[in-house]
Amino acid sequence: MGGMALPQVAPVETPEIQEEPEADRPWVTIVWDDPVNLMSYVTWVFQKLFGYSKDKAERLMMDVHTKGKAVVSIGARERMEMDANRLHGYGLWATVDRS
Amino acid sequence: MFRRSGGHCVATFAYDEVRVLKKVAGEVVGLLTDGMDHTDPVVSRLFPDIYPDSPEDSQEFRLYTESDLKTAKIDQAGAILAALPDEGEGEVRLDGEAAEAWLMAINDARLAMGTRLDIGAETDLSDELDQAVLEDPGSSRVFQLSVYAYLGYLQESLLNALPEIK
Repeated sequence: MGGMALPQVAPVETPEIQEEPEADRPWVTIVWDDPVNLMSYVTWVFQKLFGYSKDKAERLMMDVHTKGKAVVSIGARERMEMDANRLHGYGLWATVDRS
Repeated sequence: MFRRSGGHCVATFAYDEVRVLKKVAGEVVGLLTDGMDHTDPVVSRLFPDIYPDSPEDSQEFRLYTESDLKTAKIDQAGAILAALPDEGEGEVRLDGEAAEAWLMAINDARLAMGTRLDIGAETDLSDELDQAVLEDPGSSRVFQLSVYAYLGYLQESLLNALPEIK
């Protein structure tokens, strides 16, 4: 006997509306404005340290300068701590936070 | 001031410039070698809290990183002392690596002096200097402000003398 198999339907996924779990959210390195560092120096550090193009480095520097701070890198926590530490080596005022 | 010459950054320093640079670099080394006082605003500017909202996490991170960071900063200041003529005036020729150490060391010195001099976002350096001269031309503040301004020009000239980063 035949009979037709019921089409197998995958259960409909109900989209879960919830925040991304905190543990999965990346971290960020933030550079803060300060009155001593030269604009040209800050741009140079961004190029040197992150390999950013001059345009991108200048844009970030201007963000720091005009908005008071800018996110300069995004990623895993350890990586951000390393970036901030290297920025401290260059004398930039850097902190780490969740994105 | 620095200029580019061949593959090097070159500057000719007068007697007074050599003396000032030695003093400034020596002061940075001194600040970093003496037991560092983290309540000193200069120290907290050179070694900022990595987590501003968590002194504990910042402190823990510091345990692992501060000693290397401190050594690097002392070496950078040492690069200035090493390249300067022993006596009197003279020429300084820096390769890429030495030029970077100089840039970072000059920056540390400017951060230290700027913090002590209370340089803020609104500070106009020439106004500040005029004011200090009016009050007492022989004061230490006049000297410090002049050195701070000089180091800014020197750092800018060194940045301009570096080869462009690709």
